[in-house]
Amino acid sequence: MATGTQTGNPYLRIANVIKKFGDFTALDDVSIEIDEGEFVCFLGPSGCGKTTLLRAIAGLELQTYGRIEQAGRDISALPPSARDFGIVFQSYALFPNLSVFRNIAYGLENRKLQKAEIDSRVHDLLELVGLTGQDDKYPAQLSGGQQQRVALARALATSPGLLLLDEPLSALDARVRVHLRHEIKDLQNRLGVTTIMVTHDQEEALTMADRIVVMNHGVIEQVGTPVAIYRNPATAFVADFIGKMNFVDGTIAGAGRVRLGDVELACDTDDLQSGVTVQVAVRPEDIVARNVAASQDNAFVATVADLEFLGSSLRVELTGKGLGDRRLIADLSVNLMRELALEPGHDVMVCIPAERIRLYAAGR
Amino acid sequence: MAEAVAIAARPVRAKLSRDDVIMRAAMVVLGLFLLAVIVLPLYFMLSKSFETYSFRFESIEFQINDGDGWGETLNALTLGESLGVITPERITTTNGGRFQATELFPDFSFRSPRLYRIRNARPDAGGFMLGGGPVFHTDWVEVTSNEFRRVQIRPALSTGLGNYVAYVNTPSLFFSVYNSLFIAVTTTVIVIGLAFFYAYALTRTCMPYKGLFRVVALIPILAPSLLPAISLVYLFGNQGVLKALLMGESIYGPIGIVIGSAFWTFPHALMILVTALSISDARLYEAAEALRTSRLRTFLTVTLPGAKYGLISAIFVVFTLVITDFGVPKVIGGQFNVLATDIYKQVIGQQNFQMGAVVSVVLLLPAVVAFVVDRIVQRKQVALLSARAVPLQPKPNRRIDIAMAFYCGAVGIVIVGMLGMAFWASLIKFWPYNLSLSLNNYNFDVMDGGGWEAYGNSIRMALYTAFFGTVIIFSGAYLVEKGRGFRFGRGLIQLLAILPMAVPGMVLGLAYIFFFNHPDNPLGFIYGTMAILVLCTITHFYTVSHLTAATALKQMDPEFEAVSASLKAPFYRTFARVTVPVCLPAILDVSIYLFVNAMTTVSAVVFLYSTDTTLASVAVLNMDDAGDIAPAAAMAMMIVYTSAGMRLLHALLTRGLQRRTQAWRTR
Repeated sequence: MATGTQTGNPYLRIANVIKKFGDFTALDDVSIEIDEGEFVCFLGPSGCGKTTLLRAIAGLELQTYGRIEQAGRDISALPPSARDFGIVFQSYALFPNLSVFRNIAYGLENRKLQKAEIDSRVHDLLELVGLTGQDDKYPAQLSGGQQQRVALARALATSPGLLLLDEPLSALDARVRVHLRHEIKDLQNRLGVTTIMVTHDQEEALTMADRIVVMNHGVIEQVGTPVAIYRNPATAFVADFIGKMNFVDGTIAGAGRVRLGDVELACDTDDLQSGVTVQVAVRPEDIVARNVAASQDNAFVATVADLEFLGSSLRVELTGKGLGDRRLIADLSVNLMRELALEPGHDVMVCIPAERIRLYAAGR
Repeated sequence: MAEAVAIAARPVRAKLSRDDVIMRAAMVVLGLFLLAVIVLPLYFMLSKSFETYSFRFESIEFQINDGDGWGETLNALTLGESLGVITPERITTTNGGRFQATELFPDFSFRSPRLYRIRNARPDAGGFMLGGGPVFHTDWVEVTSNEFRRVQIRPALSTGLGNYVAYVNTPSLFFSVYNSLFIAVTTTVIVIGLAFFYAYALTRTCMPYKGLFRVVALIPILAPSLLPAISLVYLFGNQGVLKALLMGESIYGPIGIVIGSAFWTFPHALMILVTALSISDARLYEAAEALRTSRLRTFLTVTLPGAKYGLISAIFVVFTLVITDFGVPKVIGGQFNVLATDIYKQVIGQQNFQMGAVVSVVLLLPAVVAFVVDRIVQRKQVALLSARAVPLQPKPNRRIDIAMAFYCGAVGIVIVGMLGMAFWASLIKFWPYNLSLSLNNYNFDVMDGGGWEAYGNSIRMALYTAFFGTVIIFSGAYLVEKGRGFRFGRGLIQLLAILPMAVPGMVLGLAYIFFFNHPDNPLGFIYGTMAILVLCTITHFYTVSHLTAATALKQMDPEFEAVSASLKAPFYRTFARVTVPVCLPAILDVSIYLFVNAMTTVSAVVFLYSTDTTLASVAVLNMDDAGDIAPAAAMAMMIVYTSAGMRLLHALLTRGLQRRTQAWRTR
């Protein structure tokens, strides 16, 4: 899949990268281009190859085949020390016996800078990550979130062209994680440093990334902006992995028509032939229940099988009537539910807008 | 996804950074080092054990001239067989064996005017000695009768199983295999039984004075294995204080060896068992209690299976230590031969190096088996304890606690008693006739054995071993654990680092003679110097030190090296500024372990010391051999004082270090 960017000169170009560990193929012909200043997330379940790809970019894991270029330079075979990147790990990997100041200054001291220069640079970085005055503390004396900020400052100290983040937030509490998400994104915006982050948390990827690379079994499933990936998942895997998605069996009933049991819905059927079985995918929040008239397009009646309270919304399980034994989950607001006064066993008229229905090949 | 797959034809080959090049070079150096200190010596020893010597009479020929010209050519074999002087037993010999040529000529007289000619008919005949030196060429050599009386036929070298056949067919040697196994099995059973309950008391009861009992049990580690044997001589020997207790049996023999071996191997078993019993999940015991399981049944179904791997490991460690030990059987073994003393007797006593090598190989077998089993068990034990296990807190039980305190007290009294006997004996003027105290026995310079210089040598040797050993072993472990790529090389070095554990000290020492004393070895110059003692001792104790260092390194974040590389810091900077400071406690542990073992070891160095490099432990051995048993006890006590002092210093250093680095170590 060609995943080129709009401009002609990408900052990072990964071409046909294959990584094998013995018989196991961790990366299977991966190609991608990343522009300067972009924030890209590698997203996927564990074992999908996202960390291997990041480590290949860093030179920590050498790809078996393929080419990696950074800023027009072929770095495919270079050792990590000859590449230009800063890296932050899930474990922070802060040097435990060095103070916060020494940790951040570690890379600067290798550049033979003046002591005063190092001092001012470290203090600028501490201010940047909001840790002013913590110079003399040891990593063990800081909270997880603070340690991660030190790691970030250390990675940025030498002004690398590329910032690599390997699950940087996974080890943190949920609250701290949400907070740091914004801070990292904000920092990246201000510095404009090209950033790649590996995560298995779709929410993290959706909120932080300019573009998301969804991976599975060593291949790229889809590359796109968070909105594009959420709205138009290219494959059933992406549809299932990102957000919540209903999958029900259906049959093509003609051009632009798909049949679920006795319910026939209008949707984009592309060039699928009539009679072909497909998987019909609908997001729970795209099922409309407010003021639906029977005459409306794609409207049908279903029975409420179960209700689940989720706080701000209710998860409604729909089945029966024309759907047969198919089950659809709909997320309806508490407000609407109060209006409709639905209980299990009630019938309800719902509709699914045609442009919100996606079809995938059956038997994924 | 259907786009054409364009794969570069050739796999990507890593470009090496300066770090990689330096690390690989260091790894090659380390590999060569390990090759020279363990692999090659063992190889030389093995090939030595296959060297056999036999006379090639069929290839030696004579001619006689009684003034009337040279007679017909006579074959030595034909001559000897017809005379009955060459029998099959006489054909097999050692490298020092010689056959007098005149034996083949019964009418020989050195005053006779008769002339003789002799030659090697074939170049592989082995040659013959003639006045000044050996003759190997195949030309006739003409001698007078007077010269002919000094002609000796030399044996030729060949390789084969001859030595092993001879070994098996020599009852006095082969019986040692049985003796060694008997001693090792008996001692193992006794020590494991004693140590298991001692460890159980330390970990699973609320017995009082646990700290004291723990320290007392570790005392034997500070002493050479010769010390308990010397104590036993004073306690149960011919003039022993408690001789009556033996009811007529002699302490010189299996009884003494078993008691002495049990004394010094006890702490080794105890340490393993304490660790095994400390690893326990309280939830299992709570479950057993909830199911109303009896205490005995809980012990049999929960405690014992949980400590299974520790027990197996301890059994093999004790077995190996006993069967390879030389000190105890040397001092108290009497006429009871074991494998380790056989090597010593063959090499030092009879200068029969080939047979020494054969016994070494035999001794290597049980040690290798024990080593392999231990490795397998160690690998399995890793997964035993999940991170979620709840550590067991023993609950007080008056009856059991007091019973265990009495038990540990009894064991402790025996240990302290053995040490105390040696201490007392070292201070007594003339046992058993003049029991007044004096320091005369410490006046080593008036005795044979090496004097105070030997003690000084030991201190120097131990310091060198601790310093160079720690540097080499820790750097080596670092290369294996933290190197980038080069998986094959790292695996190979790991293997070489584990190997020394399987090699008994006697075997290593003998192997060093064969390798470093070989005339063609360019490293031969270190033979007979302090350097070879240090090298041998480092190698002897390499494995445990390596594993300690590797464990400490494994506990460090594996991404430190990646971060350093991204920050363009050379690896040696991170090594010096982060790795070493973080691992300092482990580094101190390794160095004290090497120091104490260098002070107490006898087995390996007994073959390698020279008159300038006599060691304290060797002096103990030599003084005991010469009958100076009181000074031997005194020297053994000097080793104990020194080891104990160093341990104390180590404990203080470690505590100071912990206080200084508390800020960053605790979470």
